[in-house]
Amino acid sequence: MKVPYSWLREYCDPGVAPEELAERLVMTGTEVERVTIAGPPSAESFVVGKVLSAEQHPDADRLRVCAVDVGDGERTIVCGAPNVAAGQTVAVALPGARMPGGEKLRKAMLRGVASEGMILAADELEVGDDHDGILVLDEGLSAGAPLSEVLPLAEPVLEIEVTPNRVDCFGVHGVAREVHAISAAPLAADPWAQDAAAEGQGEVSDYASVTVEVPDLCPRFTARVFTEVEIGPSPIWLRARLAAAGQRPINNVVDITNYVMLLTAQPLHAFDLDKVPGGALTVRVAAEGEKMTTLDDVERTLDAETVLVCDGNGPSGIAGIMGGQVSEVSAETTRVLLEVANWNGTNILRTSRQLGLRSEASSRFEKQLHPVLCWRAQAIASRLMLEICGAKLVPGTIDVVGEIPEPRRIRLRAARVKGLLGMTVAQADQVSYLERLGFGVEVDGEDLEVEVPPDRHYDVTREVDLIEEVARVHGIDEHLPTTLPAVARTVGGGLTREQRLCRRAEDGLRDLGFDQAVGWSFTDPGEPGRLRIPDDDPRADPVLMSNPLSEDQSAMRTMVLGSLLDIASRNVARGVDRLALFEAGSVYLRGAPPADGPLAGAFRGKISAPATEPLRFAALALGPLAARSWRGDAEAVDFFALKGDLEALARQLGAEFAFAPAAEPFLHPGRAAAVSVGGEAAGWIGELHPLVCRAWDLDAAVAFEVDAAPLLAAASAGEETYEDVTTFPAAYQDLAVVLPTEVAATTVREAILAGGGELLRSADVFDLFEGAQLGEGRKSLALSLEFRAPDRTLTDAEVTGLRDAIKATLEKIGGTLRE
Amino acid sequence: MLERIEEIRAEANAAIGAAASSAELEELRVRYLGRKAELTGVLRGIADLAPEERGKVGGAANKARKELEALLEASAERLDASELDARLVADRVDVSLPGAPPRAVGHTHLIARTTRQIEDIMVGLGYSVAEGPEIEHDYYNFTALNHPPGHPARMLQDTFYVRSHPEVLLRTHTSPMQIRAMETQPPPIFIVIPGKVYRRDSDATHSPMFHQMEGLAIAEGLTLADLQGTLLAMVRGIFGGEREVRLRPHFFPFTEPSVEVDVSCFQCEGTGTLADGERCNLCKGQGWIEILGAGMVDPNVLGFVADSGYDPERVQGFAFGLGIERVAMLRHGVPDLRRFFDNDVRMLEQFS
Repeated sequence: MKVPYSWLREYCDPGVAPEELAERLVMTGTEVERVTIAGPPSAESFVVGKVLSAEQHPDADRLRVCAVDVGDGERTIVCGAPNVAAGQTVAVALPGARMPGGEKLRKAMLRGVASEGMILAADELEVGDDHDGILVLDEGLSAGAPLSEVLPLAEPVLEIEVTPNRVDCFGVHGVAREVHAISAAPLAADPWAQDAAAEGQGEVSDYASVTVEVPDLCPRFTARVFTEVEIGPSPIWLRARLAAAGQRPINNVVDITNYVMLLTAQPLHAFDLDKVPGGALTVRVAAEGEKMTTLDDVERTLDAETVLVCDGNGPSGIAGIMGGQVSEVSAETTRVLLEVANWNGTNILRTSRQLGLRSEASSRFEKQLHPVLCWRAQAIASRLMLEICGAKLVPGTIDVVGEIPEPRRIRLRAARVKGLLGMTVAQADQVSYLERLGFGVEVDGEDLEVEVPPDRHYDVTREVDLIEEVARVHGIDEHLPTTLPAVARTVGGGLTREQRLCRRAEDGLRDLGFDQAVGWSFTDPGEPGRLRIPDDDPRADPVLMSNPLSEDQSAMRTMVLGSLLDIASRNVARGVDRLALFEAGSVYLRGAPPADGPLAGAFRGKISAPATEPLRFAALALGPLAARSWRGDAEAVDFFALKGDLEALARQLGAEFAFAPAAEPFLHPGRAAAVSVGGEAAGWIGELHPLVCRAWDLDAAVAFEVDAAPLLAAASAGEETYEDVTTFPAAYQDLAVVLPTEVAATTVREAILAGGGELLRSADVFDLFEGAQLGEGRKSLALSLEFRAPDRTLTDAEVTGLRDAIKATLEKIGGTLRE
Repeated sequence: MLERIEEIRAEANAAIGAAASSAELEELRVRYLGRKAELTGVLRGIADLAPEERGKVGGAANKARKELEALLEASAERLDASELDARLVADRVDVSLPGAPPRAVGHTHLIARTTRQIEDIMVGLGYSVAEGPEIEHDYYNFTALNHPPGHPARMLQDTFYVRSHPEVLLRTHTSPMQIRAMETQPPPIFIVIPGKVYRRDSDATHSPMFHQMEGLAIAEGLTLADLQGTLLAMVRGIFGGEREVRLRPHFFPFTEPSVEVDVSCFQCEGTGTLADGERCNLCKGQGWIEILGAGMVDPNVLGFVADSGYDPERVQGFAFGLGIERVAMLRHGVPDLRRFFDNDVRMLEQFS
């Protein structure tokens, strides 16, 4: 909303510079985005001139050489306008004047004739976009008078971002009331207080009729008829005001409707009555699929909730949003029907969104105006129609109206004001703030009985809304104390165990050398295909958006891997040759989440979430994990390098992952494992399939992705119990076992642990050997064993016995000890 | 015989003292104490001596041998040390060569780091941390937050909707968790809610995905003044102890009164002007930087959770929401919101 300062001051003059007023508005809840200047930056050197003569330029067909009286003498001004003529009163910029945009006007030679100034067209003063001819002023003005006495030059304009609750501030008068409230400067009488004299022929019902078929969607429809309307350009002051407010002047009737809307926030619409058959208007909803062409020359297809204003030939406008072309006011118009209606805001918002069509009118109607405003707008517009268009107002007003809401009465309790704000506002102050804002106030003991004005009817509905009004006018920044809630200290917050473990996991991965990434939750629906995931896999069935910004961001990711590949690919394209990335982030899977579990959340609410969003820890690495060195380069990361990191992650949390060979379509079939923890499936690890790498322009990469939930469930970090390892010494032994190659190391370890029983505390593989002396298809694994009893020192005999037991379990899986 | 022993002792003593290397010392050991040495022979031949001489000669020879042994040992230690020194001095490397590279040091993402920092500040003020779903029901994202269907306030946030589920959307703010939390836990409640949010907008200051931190405090008797104090504590935790906050009235559908909150500029100390007289570019000469939105929780919102113990006549409180990226951009001079999601390692590795 652009508010020209001179217009605002007509209703309330705070007596301060616009910048100072803007600051005060901002601190009381009216967001002023900026203060700009409409027109030339300064009024200096702009004067009224009288054209004494206008002669053809000797060397240029299109130029005239004019003698112009500018008060202090006669000047020669060369002018290119076709309409310049002797006897005109014109706007002149003298040398030294600063034009809009800041350029300084100088004397100039135009085809050999010296020009000492410039006769101005409307657009050169930014009072309209008319450049067809010069601006011709009222004859009564005297030569040499400052032009700023005629029209506002260097007009400060407050650009206000009106919040959706304050539809009243979509009108200059509403802003003026706000200025009155915060400055206590006097507010002029309501501009609608005086209606126009109705001196036209007959009665309004002789000319027009209105039928409202949908009173719910059209709570009020008022119409007046004007005859003897003279269409023409608006007077300069009106054009200047509209231009400064950002509205293009069109003709006097249309300009009046825009002017009144900008003043009162109530939109109006003018019909050429002679183009409305029989003067009969009907308000109805469209038929599904009905079409009409709006003023912007676009044919629109409507639905059954769209409200139309129709005449005998069909739709003439989309109610509250945009008129049609058929009954538009034109140069030939002599009789005008002026519609001022009230529409259902929700319906207007819906239709406006549906059609992708917003207008100055719809942006006001959609916030719900009060039906009382219709009469205000009719009164002001009628006076202007008479004054500017020489029109006659036909007596009577068509007013199709349902029930007008009763003014709201709200009790404002002093105790609530203090209780909610934490500061006291004196009753007398509360009363004057509210009264200045237009509320009716009666004092009742400590409390107030408040009546809400129609401008604020839909905004101020409860006591708390009044408290806000009082607080903001009183001055929150100036008066509000700064306190802390004492009760928070007794509640005792903190992170949950799961939250602490998640942080630990993130820190663990970071300390292992991984950079944390934050990937997009969105991906493109083709990603599962590039990951070679078959169509029947749930991971190939992502949650899709109905209105994505682009196809590339239309699906929610089902794996973090895709995000890491995207990030790796971009970094590699920039020349990076080694990379270790991790992300702790969610994926989005169809179906409601599990009812419990560590990540089900402490605050689940009553309605289950629409999708499941498990948190994952995922990592991707490529190239050597250490920088190149004069001591020789490190080897590129492979399955075991990354597996070591994943195992370390688990140990950070006091858990242990189990690994089993497994196939994933995006992994190297021989270098991939399913990962589980605490007996629960958790995810996968592996070298990426070469075809997947190729799809992301990578040579090779290793990755893992595990669910946080089972890992955190299995984690013992923070819950450990002391174990005595000092009183009784442990016994250490190494053993080597020869087995068929295909027996997994895990199987061997499990067999050993089973054989050793409780007294065998650990068994770790430290060597693998394959060679001719073992025979084809055989390998030797070496493990270090630790035996310990909690209550005694183990004897050699006991350890030998355990070793025999281990030997027996190994034999069951085809292993023999190398003695 | 005794004289001879003394001669050997003296000669050996001098030789050992003069030995210059371990090898020479070993040679002397063999010469004076080896199997064929004269002193060894004397000791071996003691049995052949007259009984009255045996004691004297034996004693002297043993004494000499022990003395020489001790001397050899001391000399060996002396020579080992000096030879080691010589070897070490010869074993010289170019210490100016770069060290062996360790595994690269990892980095925490700036968003994660900023999130934690704010969480920690709020935990210190007695808050818990709650996380919630990003794909959300319209009810939680809008309706229960006092954005009724068809309300213009819904237009403030351009929303992504889920295909074939018109009532399911990507949350536009972390506020839906206010409702879920209150449905789950009766008052008093003090929580912050970090997480991803989504709006259909993309340019240097808008990303379709970004992060917010929501705060919610509901108890008996909480006031707007308490909100101001809480925000001051939070802002000082983030931007430094000298900061001030400024509350400007504003409009949000789910708070009343609502405020926008500015923090005094930490680059120009709130003056709007830098030391060199230039206008401060961070606050654009204003001295204040808009940092978050807040307000007293609207009674209509509490009405949606009245069943869970939130009677608007009995309890009240405040809520606030700030953009994590905005805080990180201000604190670290990141010019473009989208940089956070490029994950360019050259940027990631700037933040340790």
